[in-house]
Amino acid sequence: MSDTVQIGYVRGPWGRALSRGALLIAALIAVVMVAALAGPRFGLMLAVGLGLGMTLEGLRFGFAGPWRAMILSRDPAGILAQLLSIGLVAIVAIPLLQSHSGELVGAEAPVGFAMIGGAFVFGAAMQVVLGCGSGTLVNAGSGNPVGLLALPFFAIGSFFAAYSLVWWTDLGSLPIIVFRGGQGLAITLALLALVAAFLLWRAAPGTRRIPGRLIAAALLLAVFAIGNLLVAGQPWGVVYGLGLWVAKGAVAAGADLSGSAFWSAPGNEGRVAASVLTDYTSLTNFGLIFGAFFIANWRAGGLSAPLPSLPARAWVATVIAGLLLGYSSRLAFGCNVGAFFSGISTGSLHGWVWFAAAFAGSWVGVGLRPRLGLGPRR
Amino acid sequence: MSRRIIALTALALVLLVIGLDITASPPNPYTAPSVFALGSGATPSGGFCGALPD
Repeated sequence: MSDTVQIGYVRGPWGRALSRGALLIAALIAVVMVAALAGPRFGLMLAVGLGLGMTLEGLRFGFAGPWRAMILSRDPAGILAQLLSIGLVAIVAIPLLQSHSGELVGAEAPVGFAMIGGAFVFGAAMQVVLGCGSGTLVNAGSGNPVGLLALPFFAIGSFFAAYSLVWWTDLGSLPIIVFRGGQGLAITLALLALVAAFLLWRAAPGTRRIPGRLIAAALLLAVFAIGNLLVAGQPWGVVYGLGLWVAKGAVAAGADLSGSAFWSAPGNEGRVAASVLTDYTSLTNFGLIFGAFFIANWRAGGLSAPLPSLPARAWVATVIAGLLLGYSSRLAFGCNVGAFFSGISTGSLHGWVWFAAAFAGSWVGVGLRPRLGLGPRR
Repeated sequence: MSRRIIALTALALVLLVIGLDITASPPNPYTAPSVFALGSGATPSGGFCGALPD
């Protein structure tokens, strides 16, 4: 018999059905409201974001966790699922970008010193908080206090890095290199297969298969990521929207952003002045948080787990890691979503360089996490 | 304290950001682009993580 008495209530099947029905209606109302207020394209983008959030939380598909599993246990299943999803998007996206170059644009960015350094730091920081760009949003929406604390600092870091982005890129960058058309698709798929083969070669015995749950998640993510491209005309991204929220807040508080080549550029200035409901990355970010909340609430007992008890240094580390995640991902021209997932799947070389640098950073981050009080060594 | 309070706080903060923004920069659905970028004939103009100043 337990010595403690838990105060609360247990939902019966009817209560749970009512709660889930209310969730579905709320999600539908949110999409319709955004469509009515800003336009149908933006309502659809929120729906895409909700789908992404539900997939990531519902099927436990992540980026930081699988990289950690590969580093610590040589378990490649999660990364193989990521590569599968990226490959599926590439099969559709790269030919479409070629045939509709005036209407669609890929996640194209230059490789440079700041980009590589940013990706390395991002990889380390994402292992410290066990949350990447999408993961931090999903974690916050599903009730993880580390995710919620890291999120505003992620946004602040993204804003400040964008503020000084030109200074960083002036340190040295290559021209933008993109694998285009049929040849570009063949190169991308061959590189994905090569990485998958390497991971399978290095895998621990008994880990060389992708669970059905992750295959389903990879397929669904690919569908929503392609939907993002067809509706918005650009691939799925996270970081731009976070920095934009801080820029809007700064302007509302009376700040003058004319000193920043990035924020004073006509396109960005216009987006700071426009409604956040017309910014694609903001809408999918909102969708990731709402979608994760939706699934966590839907799942029996999903939000009733107690909060972790962490030492003070863990919370300080979370704040610093949040700032670093935001700052570094902006220098790296994206996080695990904008650079790794969308960069590679739309043929940009920077996506591949990001992958290598961030994975190296992850080795460092995996070692740092226990020292900062955020978890056990394994 | 459970994870519910954290999740509800995250939701409340997002709704606060959206609410404040709507009062400061109300969207105009009459200037909205077509539903799909594909087939619209319009150049993509959204902000993205890989974007340099345009």
